[in-house]
Amino acid sequence: MSLKFKDLLGLEHLDKKNLQEILNFVKTFKGLFKKSDKASVLRGKTVVTLFYEPSTRTRTSFEIAAKRLSADVINISVNSSSIVKGESLIDTGKTLEAMGADYIIIRHVSAGTPDILAKNLGISIINAGDGFHEHPTQGLLDLYTIYERKKRIEGLKVLLIGDILHSRVAKSNIWALTKMGAEVLVSGPSTLIPRSIENLDVKVYYNLDEAVREADVLNVLRVQFERQQENLFPSIREYVSLYQLTKEKLAMAKSEVLIMHPGPMNRGIEITSEVADTPNAAINEQIVNGIAVRMAVLYLLGAVKRGNASSN
Amino acid sequence: MRLQIKNIKIVDPSSQNEGLIGDIFIEDGKIVSKFSSNADRIIDGEGKIAIPGLIDIHAHLREPGQEMKETIYTGTRSAAKGGITTVFCMPNTEPVIDNTSVVEFIFHKVREEGCVNVFPVGCATKGAKGVELSEMGLLKKAGIVAVSDDGLPISNSRIMRRVLEYSKMFKLPVISHSEDKELSRNGVMNEGKNSTFLGLRGIPKEAEEIMISRDIMLADLTGAYLHIAHVSTAGSVDLIRQAKKRNVKVTAETCPHYFTLTDNDVKVYDANTKINPPLREKKDVDAIKQGLIDGTIDCIATDHAPHTQEEKSKEFDLAPFGIIGFETLLSLVLNELVDTGVLSFYEAISKMTSNPAKIFNLEGRGTLKEGNVADVTIIDIKYFYEFVKEKVVSKSKNSPFIGRRFKGGVVMTIVGGNIVWDLNNKFV
Repeated sequence: MSLKFKDLLGLEHLDKKNLQEILNFVKTFKGLFKKSDKASVLRGKTVVTLFYEPSTRTRTSFEIAAKRLSADVINISVNSSSIVKGESLIDTGKTLEAMGADYIIIRHVSAGTPDILAKNLGISIINAGDGFHEHPTQGLLDLYTIYERKKRIEGLKVLLIGDILHSRVAKSNIWALTKMGAEVLVSGPSTLIPRSIENLDVKVYYNLDEAVREADVLNVLRVQFERQQENLFPSIREYVSLYQLTKEKLAMAKSEVLIMHPGPMNRGIEITSEVADTPNAAINEQIVNGIAVRMAVLYLLGAVKRGNASSN
Repeated sequence: MRLQIKNIKIVDPSSQNEGLIGDIFIEDGKIVSKFSSNADRIIDGEGKIAIPGLIDIHAHLREPGQEMKETIYTGTRSAAKGGITTVFCMPNTEPVIDNTSVVEFIFHKVREEGCVNVFPVGCATKGAKGVELSEMGLLKKAGIVAVSDDGLPISNSRIMRRVLEYSKMFKLPVISHSEDKELSRNGVMNEGKNSTFLGLRGIPKEAEEIMISRDIMLADLTGAYLHIAHVSTAGSVDLIRQAKKRNVKVTAETCPHYFTLTDNDVKVYDANTKINPPLREKKDVDAIKQGLIDGTIDCIATDHAPHTQEEKSKEFDLAPFGIIGFETLLSLVLNELVDTGVLSFYEAISKMTSNPAKIFNLEGRGTLKEGNVADVTIIDIKYFYEFVKEKVVSKSKNSPFIGRRFKGGVVMTIVGGNIVWDLNNKFV
């Protein structure tokens, strides 16, 4: 059983069958993780996390996932200033490959960097977030969390709230959910929702109340404060008044509505603490599922016979 | 030196010759009707087509200052291989072409090392800074054929007005790279569905169209000669079409990539598809073809923009804009426009010969009429080849067309009566 790809670059190119296969494996690995057990499937393998952007949770999640599969893990944080100095991404990748890395898990400010590495290296590349492009393991863990709580994906209405334009989490969610038959709704300031999104059967609501009433799942995205400096919305205060998920807004939603957040949360900005801590929220489960998803991905890519595998 | 090309099909738009079979006589660098004595050399032209040497009105030769990307030596050889006998070189060199000594340097280098004609385009403003007029009169005397700040478009409308007004008395066309730099800021590809899902910042079509609108209005106000560079959108074609109807003195060019590729081709994050203006959508490609058909777009130029492999293998956001174009110009025109029935062979050739010669007042060029400079390109439409990196003559290899198969191409290039390139013997 394998994915037939050596890399996980994005969810755009996976099909429903691939996604279903991954979901099935996540369940197994979640069981393993909860038992505080270790599997030996990646013993002797080296996993490198190569992060050009600061991250604590995603990097830690990958590290734990790899260690639970008995891999050796090396963490590299590259100061983004060295990109400016002209250090070649491809050279860095080739160096790590020569040192015996079996996987490179990369996060980068520029979209497409995992694709560039995958094209130039023979080892497995996993995208841990590239620019505004994709964050496939986040998309998978969100998908699994919904599946676990709702027992289905097809027919559900999933609302993404906030900055869709600059969100890689939103992109990966849209691909995963629409492929699995869910309906995706988005709500946020018009400056942060790309015009072209309606071509993809995604419904746009500028009014959050209307959107919240419709949805079975609310996925609240993190507000990036630099967007205000880029003049994409006038103030945090106005953002909060329009798009913060509050108890009042939650009261308009279906009673069994599921609330998610990819983290780290800005409590009191895009979501209030009361809402984040209700039983409807699955925010802590998302973190556990994240580790299980990453174990599944590492395992499935590792099962690929190198040389004849293609990139996804 | 007397060179005779025998039994060749001759297509020469300036003399309305659409393909009569005949002989071309070249003596002392000029086209003549008959020789003063016997030919020194006879070339059999059977099965081939002779056209006036191609004129590429938009290219970057990078010398002086960026010789790691291209030089006059390599760039003119790349042009010769592409059947291009005259190249306009844009002024964004280091230093920029805003004074006569840089113009003289370029002419000197071309004489010493070049193998095709090169005409510099001078800066429209000093230092291409968009603040003070350049010395257009002196630059014209030194040999420039147009003015432009190219990739650094003049954002201040008052300065652009002065540029247009002042250039008019020298009959120097102003070439406008039309881009509202604030609207396109940080963008790396066309704004649309593909930019959203690739996570790349988009450049809306309006960034081009707003500037074209402004420049057309200013051309109307001043009565100057405005030439719009590398048209890439349907809206731009329409703006130029309407302006021409109102008799504004505006002309326009597009490039092969804008009628061949779309932003779907950026999907692989290949920086060889990162171009400014960016590759657009199918409806734009269709509109550009329509603009070529109805004459809204007068010329086809390459915007040959060499960049090193190291620069182009960077992250997409960090790689520079631009692709090389000399060596694929003619084959792309043939395969994408002529073979598909968009333009006749005759019309297509006019957009790279007689039209640019007329717009930029190139006396004695762009035609095979008697008495003109013997710049001749010979084409074989049955020449099949694959465009491979190893055979690229330009110093840079940044082309999205590497690996593409072509039908029809250049087999010989003659500049001023001298064979500078032929398919069998390469550079002569």
